[in-house]
Amino acid sequence: MSNAKDIFLKEATTASADGPQRIFINKALGGYYANRDIQKARYRDWEKARDAASLAKWTAVNDLANTLETFVKKFEGNGGKVHWARDAAEARNIILKLIADAKAKAVVKSKCMTTEEIHLNDALEKAGYSVVESDLGEFIQQLRGEAPYHFVFPCMHVKREEISALFTKHLGTAPTNSPEELTMIARRHLRQLYVDADVGITGANFLIAETGQISITENEGNARLTAALPRVHIALSGIEKVVKNLDDLSVLLPMLATAGAGQPMTCYNTLYSGPQQPGECDGPKEFHLVLLDNARTQLLADPEQRDALHCIRCGACLNVCPIFKNIGGLAYGTTYQGPIGSVITPHLRGLEQWNHLSGASSLCGACTDACPVRIDLHHHLLHNRRNANQASPNLFDRLFHRGFNFVISRPRLFAFGGRVFRFTLPVLKKIPLPYLSAWLKTRDLPPAPAQSFREQWKESNHG
Amino acid sequence: MRISLFIPCFVDQLAPQVGLASVKVLKKLGHEIEFRSEQTCCGQPSFNSGQWDVAREGAIRTLKVFRDAEVVVGPSGSCVAMIKKFYPELLKNTSHAAEADALAQRTFEFSEFIVRKLGITDVGASLKKKVTYHDGCHAMRELRIKEEPRQLLRAVRGLELIETEESESCCGFGGLFAVKFPMISTAMVQVKGGALARTGADYVVSSDPSCLLQIGGWLTREGKPIRPMHIAEVLAEGLTQ
Repeated sequence: MSNAKDIFLKEATTASADGPQRIFINKALGGYYANRDIQKARYRDWEKARDAASLAKWTAVNDLANTLETFVKKFEGNGGKVHWARDAAEARNIILKLIADAKAKAVVKSKCMTTEEIHLNDALEKAGYSVVESDLGEFIQQLRGEAPYHFVFPCMHVKREEISALFTKHLGTAPTNSPEELTMIARRHLRQLYVDADVGITGANFLIAETGQISITENEGNARLTAALPRVHIALSGIEKVVKNLDDLSVLLPMLATAGAGQPMTCYNTLYSGPQQPGECDGPKEFHLVLLDNARTQLLADPEQRDALHCIRCGACLNVCPIFKNIGGLAYGTTYQGPIGSVITPHLRGLEQWNHLSGASSLCGACTDACPVRIDLHHHLLHNRRNANQASPNLFDRLFHRGFNFVISRPRLFAFGGRVFRFTLPVLKKIPLPYLSAWLKTRDLPPAPAQSFREQWKESNHG
Repeated sequence: MRISLFIPCFVDQLAPQVGLASVKVLKKLGHEIEFRSEQTCCGQPSFNSGQWDVAREGAIRTLKVFRDAEVVVGPSGSCVAMIKKFYPELLKNTSHAAEADALAQRTFEFSEFIVRKLGITDVGASLKKKVTYHDGCHAMRELRIKEEPRQLLRAVRGLELIETEESESCCGFGGLFAVKFPMISTAMVQVKGGALARTGADYVVSSDPSCLLQIGGWLTREGKPIRPMHIAEVLAEGLTQ
């Protein structure tokens, strides 16, 4: 198919015209808003907590080389092995080799957007391994053959009846409308797979430099089983996930839960400290951590936008974004949807191909207000637009703005042009002009006044 | 005080009544009003489109227009945010930086000016209507103006102010966004306009004429009875000069 922008425009047009689906998404988020506000109110000062969370990430990211070095020393001291990956291809190759070395047949995964970023499932399946997603939402999306819709709530757009039909088709279970029964179906199916899997792949929400531990947050307990039951545990994490110490983690964990899901704390918050130690009877024999750059160091080199690396992937910016709510998560065509995705995807995958996402925003700023680590999201969309225009100017845009500027820098010409525009507006409305006809397709324009403000001002005693 | 009016270009050409109402209210409060006719557009469309070099020219031109103005007041949260927040960013590290910062300090959005700068909440207006207030995103999130317009509206005799369930949701205007991504912009105004229509209010009031253009355009197209009205127009109702 054509380029990313054309696909986006097509998908966004279809999705924004789907009224019932938009209402469904809005309803699904309604409960989140209520719970989030209840939990936010439990903080003595939510805004100060945001400052603290932001500072915690800033401290780690602005000293990234040292923070990572400290972390790696501790992690390897605990018996784990670190692998550095410059890009997605390197990360895939490292993981494929680790799986081959382990002589594994089956792989179980818990939720990890970084594995989506490097398209790991495709690579594993092509190499002949069976991979199962153990997070319920991801499992449903895997059965649907569809990318996650929202990086925290992967199947929030799927209705219960659809899940039931999906399970009937793929797992042969009887149709049911009960969420509990649907969960039990998935659980029964997945339990044996943890036992059979040789390798468990997880992500990491935070890497703690002070202790060399990785922190994983989840609501279902599936990540614990994924990390603990198979012989080999491989975790994949972006290098920016590191924090200095457990004190910083203690700020970030509740913020992640409240901002992202409206919970006081996520159900399971686990610190993984290394492979099975001598004398211990369970846990993986090997514990590998793949640390991924994939353009993150480039973003780090951008002083204007490096705070985007503070992102803890809570999803709060998606939950409040009117663009996300009206076009849905699939239209973006990216690993990370919503405002944070529109900010970082041009950095991760190229500005020229992905700048349209920065353009597709009314710059309302709801995302920036919602971000628990205070990333200046909507202003970064402006920065991306500026950078894109500098890197490869669009001829139509240049002519339009240069022409507009020619007029507005000449007050008399502006006044004259305005007069002509007002008098010809009834005719202009009938001509298929760019921009004007796009407006008129769904919205009226009030009739143009006979006199402008400046004309009336001049006439009435002030001239 | 001698107030220099900052009239957004589309208010000048398409909604002059907003400018006239602003003059009426500020005069009633005892101030001298001037309008400098060299002003045109603040350059926001180019700024938002990434054309910062073009926008910079507009910013420098506007700085010159208001160079010796005592205070600058504009009836638009969005265009005032352009001067107050984005001119300093656009002109930082240039020879115009200090002047941009200084103009930002003495430029105010209409309702912000009356409440914060003049310390007035009752301008003496009266309007027997039910209204709901729409927070323009630039006023609310760039300028942190939220209570000021509501204080002014509550003081209007006969006026009943009701809140909308989506009062903080963006109307979907976003400047050229409205015509570059019209399908998303329209979906957004459907959410916003639908909520406004359900309030049963006579008017949706805002400090941002651009939001009102979007909301009003959709409401009339859909045949909804609720009408857009700028806060300056509300405050000019029932005033005697």
